[in-house]
Amino acid sequence: MSEYVLLSKLTKIYETPKGPAVIVRDFDLSIKKGEFVSLIGHSGCGKSTVLSMVAGLSEVTSGGVIIGGKEINGAGPDRGIVFQSPCLLPWLTAMENVMLGVDQVFYTAGKLERRQIAEYYLTLVGLGESLDKKPAELSQGMRQRVGIARAFSLSPKMLLLDEPFGMLDSLTRFELQQVLLELWRKDRKTALMVTHDVDEALFLSDRIVMMTNGPEAEVGEILEVPFPRPRDRKAVLEHPEYYKLREQLIGFLEERAHIRPEKKQMELHRVSMAEVPPTNLGSIDKNQTQPVELKS
Amino acid sequence: MNKENQFKFDWVILPLLAAVTVIVLWAMVSSIQGVSLPSPLKTWEASKLYILEPFAKRGELDQGILRFTWYSLVLVVKGYALALIVGTPLGFLLGVSKLFTKSLDPLIQVLRPVSPLAWLPLGLILFQKSEPAAIFTIAICAMWPTVLNTAMGVRAIPQDYLNVARVLKLSRSRTLFKILIPAALPYMFTGFRLSLGIAWLVIVAAEMLTGAPGVGGFLWQEYNSLIYEHIILCILTIGIIGFVLDRLMSLVEQRFKTA
Repeated sequence: MSEYVLLSKLTKIYETPKGPAVIVRDFDLSIKKGEFVSLIGHSGCGKSTVLSMVAGLSEVTSGGVIIGGKEINGAGPDRGIVFQSPCLLPWLTAMENVMLGVDQVFYTAGKLERRQIAEYYLTLVGLGESLDKKPAELSQGMRQRVGIARAFSLSPKMLLLDEPFGMLDSLTRFELQQVLLELWRKDRKTALMVTHDVDEALFLSDRIVMMTNGPEAEVGEILEVPFPRPRDRKAVLEHPEYYKLREQLIGFLEERAHIRPEKKQMELHRVSMAEVPPTNLGSIDKNQTQPVELKS
Repeated sequence: MNKENQFKFDWVILPLLAAVTVIVLWAMVSSIQGVSLPSPLKTWEASKLYILEPFAKRGELDQGILRFTWYSLVLVVKGYALALIVGTPLGFLLGVSKLFTKSLDPLIQVLRPVSPLAWLPLGLILFQKSEPAAIFTIAICAMWPTVLNTAMGVRAIPQDYLNVARVLKLSRSRTLFKILIPAALPYMFTGFRLSLGIAWLVIVAAEMLTGAPGVGGFLWQEYNSLIYEHIILCILTIGIIGFVLDRLMSLVEQRFKTA
């Protein structure tokens, strides 16, 4: 088994006036080359923190991340990131936004060649007609398409997706999941996605990592997603396993997310006292920006 | 009332009404015995020549009002340019570095409220001549809004944009020109506009004290020659020019607003 990405004992602790706050503790995960893995969990469980540590945007307190045999040190264009909000620079056109990264990564290529790369990806996400539009002239969904094009155009070692469709309405979300899947199929980038949408995770991933609730979040259960690729939404929804897997995910989130794996027996009696998470998983706290949510 | 009429009412009739009221009040005050305020009519008569031949030059101390204004504007532009050249980078440094902010902020807060009348003598001591002293005074007084707004603009840059720079590993200069400056530009222009307003305020004081030719110098000279009508002419001119400058700058500012 070829492990391409390795998250080893990843820990994030913030120093607060009330003492250290442990957001994530000893998070271990290995991802095969070309595998699509989703992290799912409740808002504030620390899944975005894990992602942003892998991205190099958030400092690792202890532990490390190895990608393609090399430990990462800080952020870099070898990881293509799609943020929850598209993070486009409003004074640049769609093309210029993508070019900013392409120029940086392919600095040895000629100007024309770089333009072609940017144009190629923008066309793939369906923006061939809107290359010279500014973000303000694009719909939310189109902006996120630019964000996706930008991430892929860097030809990164891996993709990091931080609730990439969390801010979109469900129709646009379906459309963009399809766009993402098609792009991903072309070069099978190793991908790590954070989401709280159960159906999205099932549709896109090979494996779903369920995280326990924070603080001190860690890997709860892991679900293998057996649907054959290339996937098509209808086939996935009609797959005999689909609802069983869905049940399993929701069951975890509703009943077992707050239980620490090693202390399961001990804590069972406390289930009823724990906060019962909302059932409507598609819409948990869409506006969350800070994954930190401490209960002292 | 339809839309067009409403517009006329709001933008023409109401302001006109207010102006007429003020002129009437002015006329009433000037008619009081013992008050040497010239009446509106006398002001107009005494100023007519200066307004109708705005660029005439009849002598060093006797020139059309716009000619005087032009001298003042040239001086303002020099001082203002200096303010921007010094103020913008300083604002950037303050915005980028907490260390800079902590060390310089108290100093700025102390220097900022100092009146141009206080700076001018220092300028005269430093430069010995009236023109550089005036430029120095304009620059040092007009600089602060640019400094503070630029700093605020840099600090207000969303983390998202900075993350883009970090993820792409942009070099320092590319980060500056591709991200920091465009992102801070709307704030910077607000600062530039406020600075221009102050620069124009200061010019009059500077000219009064240095006796340089210009609209402020003219005002002071006419006060000394007891031609009070011209004081009012100068005040109105200064006000109108200031207003026009502000409008022009806000047009530029609008152009640089990014969504």
